[in-house]
Amino acid sequence: MTHSNSTTTLILGATSAMAEHSARLLATDGDALFLAARNPEDLAPMAEDLKVRGASAVTILPAFDALKPDTFADIINQAAPFDRVLIAHGSLPDQEDCQDSLSKIKQELQINFQSTVDLCTLCAEKFIDQGSGTLAVISSVAGLRGRQSNYIYGAAKGGLNTFLQGLRNRLQTKGIRVITLLPGFVDTPMTADIKKGPLFISAEQAGICIHKAITKSKSDIVYVPSFWRFIMWIIRSIPEPIFKRLKL
Amino acid sequence: MSTPTSWGNLPHTTATLLPVNRRKAAFPAVEDKVLPYGLGRSYGDSCLNDKGTLLLTRGMDRWISFDEETGIICCEAGVSLDEILRLASPKGWFLPVTPGTRFVTVGGAIANDVHGKNHHKAGSFSTCVLDFELLRSDQSRTLCSRSKNASLFHATIAGLGLTGLITFATLQLRRIVSPMIEVEQIRMHHLNDFFRLADESNHSHEYTVAWIDGLARGESVGSGIFIRGNHASEASDLSWKAKKTAAIPLNAPSWLLQKQSVKIFNALYSKKVKGERQAGSEHFLPFFYPLDAVDNWNRLYGKRGFYQYQCVVPRDGNRGPIHEILDRIANSGQASFLAVLKVFGDQKPEGLLSFARAGVTLAMDFPNRGPKTLKLMNELDEVVRQAGGALYPAKDARMNPEDFKMAYPALNTFTEKIDPAFSSSFWRRMHT
Repeated sequence: MTHSNSTTTLILGATSAMAEHSARLLATDGDALFLAARNPEDLAPMAEDLKVRGASAVTILPAFDALKPDTFADIINQAAPFDRVLIAHGSLPDQEDCQDSLSKIKQELQINFQSTVDLCTLCAEKFIDQGSGTLAVISSVAGLRGRQSNYIYGAAKGGLNTFLQGLRNRLQTKGIRVITLLPGFVDTPMTADIKKGPLFISAEQAGICIHKAITKSKSDIVYVPSFWRFIMWIIRSIPEPIFKRLKL
Repeated sequence: MSTPTSWGNLPHTTATLLPVNRRKAAFPAVEDKVLPYGLGRSYGDSCLNDKGTLLLTRGMDRWISFDEETGIICCEAGVSLDEILRLASPKGWFLPVTPGTRFVTVGGAIANDVHGKNHHKAGSFSTCVLDFELLRSDQSRTLCSRSKNASLFHATIAGLGLTGLITFATLQLRRIVSPMIEVEQIRMHHLNDFFRLADESNHSHEYTVAWIDGLARGESVGSGIFIRGNHASEASDLSWKAKKTAAIPLNAPSWLLQKQSVKIFNALYSKKVKGERQAGSEHFLPFFYPLDAVDNWNRLYGKRGFYQYQCVVPRDGNRGPIHEILDRIANSGQASFLAVLKVFGDQKPEGLLSFARAGVTLAMDFPNRGPKTLKLMNELDEVVRQAGGALYPAKDARMNPEDFKMAYPALNTFTEKIDPAFSSSFWRRMHT
């Protein structure tokens, strides 16, 4: 399927609350959207919604499971050619459940790091062939400093941030944008068990930031919302001898 | 356990909050009693479920279809009326019935069978509902309409969320050619003026409502401003953007809404109309939703919260029960700045527990000042009871169970339709 007049965006992990709210705004812009998620049946109501909002076309792709890397190339080929990709899947594991289980750690790193690296690599190839493209990835502020309360998740996101930096560096001469999205606390089903403080924003607000980052802003690294740049600047400035004693 | 609130910030309750984000998901397995909770705009305890579970419906906020030719819109039950207006009004479609806030969900509007300024012409919210799906705790999904599963349809309209979880609904919108309302504001010097204007406007104006000075006594009882309007018939640009709203960030101190400050507010409000009559055109936002411009205005009443007393009583002449009620309120000196009066139409309500019915309705806020506030409302109850009137569960935190039974004669038929897994603080209070 080709959509000559509208921008085509592929969204991986499309049922995530942040991805869905970003997709709503892209739909309002008239984008053609390809949606992939682990449970494609959950995408049908979302696809109806996006059409009412103005999406020029919505296509549901076969099941996308971050634990099944063999399927990635096929999913991306089905959506290609596309102008933009938003990679939004992820899992927030319970730190204590996974810190002593090697198999659980491996699984979390596969979901939050390795699968995204694979997908970015495959999309980058497509964009290089096309000579243009925007690659936006939802990472996390948790990747900016390791903390005892979630360093497996944090390590995956930290690795991802470094990977995206390098990829950006490589692709910048080729007209391809690489955007690292760094949400702080967002009220989504993924954070349902965490007590909500004043720093939490809604998935809708996160979607507004992400949409702006993808469509308007020129920034490479986008905090969601922007006040996290300041918070993380402070957190990153704490010397390690002090930081290691803190309970964060 | 969390501490969800209703709009009046009372009573204080705890509940487990369980988001329901996907309409096709199975009914959640929960041990205790459940109640759907949307935007929490019910004033008292009808949207609360103390020590139970609240099914948060705001995550079910997807469109299903919108036919721009016919104005038929189908959406999930957690979609707000604000979102419907944002989508549909720029395309020339409007809500046929809207309450005084657009921050309610479609599910909540159905479950309370809300009404608006055009009740005398259009009836209440149910009239624009074509059908809806009800998910019950036995995992059954029932599409309810006037022709299919009609008994469940009529029980769920105004059913206070007790008959099951509404997952989606189909509504028939109405055409507009302009976002403007042609408005006329007319000064009223006593209650006779209100009834005269209501009679005179009954056919000529789609929207009528009156703002009443609740402190006016004696011969001035019922003085205030009568507001009437029609959708502008001249076509104009339908696009709009809500202005950034002001917000009340914290609960206000209790002295703020004392009698003196209400007096000052009422004097200023009544100055809004210069002379005896003022006409002009106004965007539908300030016309229908003046209070939506201030986020969390309910915090003005402080942390003790407030009651809203909304009753409907037969008119019975110009000196009937509504005069008696206004007189008692004025003499108590407890009135607040928000007081509205409207004559309802005489359409037969569609919900077994629908509130809006033929008669005159008064809605007035009372800051919670403890026993003396409750005493005043108990006195008003006597007048309502004598007159054979009714109180509105969506606004209530204190009505007497006997009065509820008297005012809602279809209660037994309704009770048979309740989903056994559902309950609410209001419902338990009516059955103790």
